[in-house]
Amino acid sequence: MPAISMTVNGEKVCGDVEGRTLLVDFIRGNLGKTGTHVGCDTSQCGACVVHVDGKAIKSCTALAVACDGVTVNTVEGLAKNGTLHPMQEAFREHHGLQCGFCTPGMIMAGIDIVKRKGKKLKEETIREELEGNICRCTGYHNIVKAIQAGAAKM
Amino acid sequence: MYEFEYHRPKKLADAVKLIKSKKEGKLMAGGMTLIPTMKQRLAAPTDVIDLSGLGNSGVNVSKTKVTIKAGTTHAEVASSSDLKKAAPALAALAGMIGDPHVRHKGTIGGSVANADPAADYPAALLALNAKVVTDSRTIEADKFFKGLFETALRTNEIIKQVEFEIPARSAYSKFPNPASRYAMVGVFVADFGKKGVRVGVTGAKGSAYREKAMEKALTADFSADAIAKVKIKADDMNEDIHASAEYRAHLVGVMAKRAIAAAG
Repeated sequence: MPAISMTVNGEKVCGDVEGRTLLVDFIRGNLGKTGTHVGCDTSQCGACVVHVDGKAIKSCTALAVACDGVTVNTVEGLAKNGTLHPMQEAFREHHGLQCGFCTPGMIMAGIDIVKRKGKKLKEETIREELEGNICRCTGYHNIVKAIQAGAAKM
Repeated sequence: MYEFEYHRPKKLADAVKLIKSKKEGKLMAGGMTLIPTMKQRLAAPTDVIDLSGLGNSGVNVSKTKVTIKAGTTHAEVASSSDLKKAAPALAALAGMIGDPHVRHKGTIGGSVANADPAADYPAALLALNAKVVTDSRTIEADKFFKGLFETALRTNEIIKQVEFEIPARSAYSKFPNPASRYAMVGVFVADFGKKGVRVGVTGAKGSAYREKAMEKALTADFSADAIAKVKIKADDMNEDIHASAEYRAHLVGVMAKRAIAAAG
């Protein structure tokens, strides 16, 4: 089994994986970081979105072995010294969730939108950019509001 | 997913050697189709040769020509400032593929090699009269797309880059499936001035194709009115739960008119 190492939320980690081990399974199974979710098996829902080398990707559609040497950021790495990241805080404030299953992916996607499109986001832009994240509860309204507010505070 | 052996060569020559040496090897570019396919156990290669280690990415624009290396992601194509000036329609097309996370991984080489009947790039390559350069030869887009997920690529052949002459104007109009965002029908129109107009269509048939009756009409008169009388036959159009063959044939006309209007 190939040995891999990567930096996850600022911490050096390593492990042995099979070729077929998905990045999300390495993060959840090997590292025990279960904040990143698996919501579908078809690469559609975006609950598993993490940042690899600064870019949002679906960790259920990446091989762990192919991520040898990369830097990964997951939802667990956002809060600093017990203070929520502005995007997390905005989801709390604006109630951008109901069951919460899609939330880690939504928050990571939201931060990625800000990185690419800036802090001042139009509602329309956010809706379009959330193409790859599915929520089955909220109807999206409060998620969009939360991302807009979180972006402004980043 | 079934087990396989993973390889990540650093050089194209090594990738070619590897794929040739494996009985049931599979090349992986961004993996945005291959990994889901393997997860569903619809593909079970013995070996996966990951091309992401080749570092073969980048968009190069000269005075007359655009070259896009095979490993360039959709996000990179969509955000290339040089391409936005030279062929903004292609940059816009790349920005419509999948979703932002998929665009960070999926590549032009992978999409072209996969030849999904509803993928966006094939329509553009046909309309732009592009050339697909592989490790061993150059293939014209007209001879590249052969059918449903079928291309002129030989087993073990690897795409290096895609290149095309810069058109005078071009535009892409797509009617995305509301759920998957794949093209129900997408039409790419490219005007090469004296060399004529080319029209590439995706999503409508088993493979992307050129709508030659429209090309003739548009070469004479580049306007939506010019194609009003071009009859699109529904005979060999795709038919599924999303749209009938007749509806798709109708969409080809509508998308073409929108593309013409957008090209200006």
